[in-house]
Amino acid sequence: MSTLRRSTVYLGMVGALFLICAGLLLHASSAVRNARATLARKGALVRRLSLTDLCLFTEANYTRHLSMADLSTPFQDAPVSLEHFPTGALVEPPTHLSRKTRD
Amino acid sequence: MIERQRHILDFTLSSLMRRKGKNGALLLVYTLVVFVLASVLFLTHALQREAALVLKDAPEIVVQRTLAGRYHPVPITWLSAIEEVNGVISARPRLWGYHYDPLLRANYTLSVPAENPPEPGTVDIGAGISRTRGAHPGDIIAFAGHDGKPRSFAVREVLAEESQLLTSDLILLCEKDYRDFSGIPGDLATDLALRVRNPKEFGTIAEKITRIYPDSRPILRSEILRTYDAVFGWRSGLLIVIFSAAALAFAIFAWDKATGLSAEERREIGILKAIGWETSDVMLMKFWEGTVISLTAFLLGVILAYAHVFFASFSLFSPVLKGWSTLYPAFRLTPYLDFGQISTLFFLTVVPYTVTTIVPSWRAAVIDPDQVMR
Repeated sequence: MSTLRRSTVYLGMVGALFLICAGLLLHASSAVRNARATLARKGALVRRLSLTDLCLFTEANYTRHLSMADLSTPFQDAPVSLEHFPTGALVEPPTHLSRKTRD
Repeated sequence: MIERQRHILDFTLSSLMRRKGKNGALLLVYTLVVFVLASVLFLTHALQREAALVLKDAPEIVVQRTLAGRYHPVPITWLSAIEEVNGVISARPRLWGYHYDPLLRANYTLSVPAENPPEPGTVDIGAGISRTRGAHPGDIIAFAGHDGKPRSFAVREVLAEESQLLTSDLILLCEKDYRDFSGIPGDLATDLALRVRNPKEFGTIAEKITRIYPDSRPILRSEILRTYDAVFGWRSGLLIVIFSAAALAFAIFAWDKATGLSAEERREIGILKAIGWETSDVMLMKFWEGTVISLTAFLLGVILAYAHVFFASFSLFSPVLKGWSTLYPAFRLTPYLDFGQISTLFFLTVVPYTVTTIVPSWRAAVIDPDQVMR
């Protein structure tokens, strides 16, 4: 009985990986299509509650409401205090705080 | 032609299998680096898209007040002057703030909705609060107010699970209850939310408000959207740390390959040349060797990253994202993919590795086989 060539096994495996990638692309496009109704409901909620931020990090007020924070908030606890909440290190300060003029 | 390539690929795979341990470890580390990079790219891009799509309905302008560089509640009397500014359709005071729950060590966001507020004595709560406090519609929950006295509220409803990324820590209550709870006087609001019809006028209106009230700080919706676009930008802490680690890992790979081949690999090339292989055949073999390792690692890394971020809710990154928060939204992200990012990842991982595999092999392949074998 002849054994499979190594190249056949490898090309088959790469082909299978490409097929999985194609399947994931199909999954992504169908999930994006299905999310439209949910997004519309979330948009209506944002309008009704006048929300300005995502609830990503709840440990500090300046990471909970990133767009409402100012530069001094992370250092407000004591003079020369360093920013100490872990998530404060993950994100950049809002861009509009470092700009001199508005668009 | 194809058969020749397949023969060389067969030989390359046999050669890789002869050094199973070394190449297996290389493939594992390579896959891990691609997995971490792809996970971060998928996660940050999906969050950026989600923020852009839902926050496009945020107030056009929010007006805050600062006193000695810090926030200060806004006098409601500001409304009349601001409503007079050309282009402003409506302005309304927003009442919101934070409450620290020492029992669960959690921070809540309290807010008064503009429409359909709960009846006095009742609240609507986010799914995160419902989960951590075990509170459901009809239950009574109590919090200590600004004067230390507890206030109890009946839960009217739990906000939809699907909106956790926006409302997980929210407690909605009516204006009367909020003022009583927070102690904020009746003539002050947290900030003002403005509706403006023409987006081109946002900047002009903000400047006019700053002229009327120099201590005001208007925040435009475009700035809110830009914040979320930039917040996970490549310079942010999360990305810079991961990219630095990945760059270091790739530098080690490249250094290992570029500094030359092992004695065994050089002897192999010498034997191949001695039995009649051309330099171009050796180069082709090394090209296949680089491709086999890097393409397999890239495909495996990307597939695992997709499953990690969109099926397993990025569970490996959760401890980093949670920080010290005890209240955290449980949500599944919509898989928005950025093909530009994926192709950049491909060109930054697969191409450099393949190239660094070929260069030292070319140097070895052009030397006389007799000299190489000695």
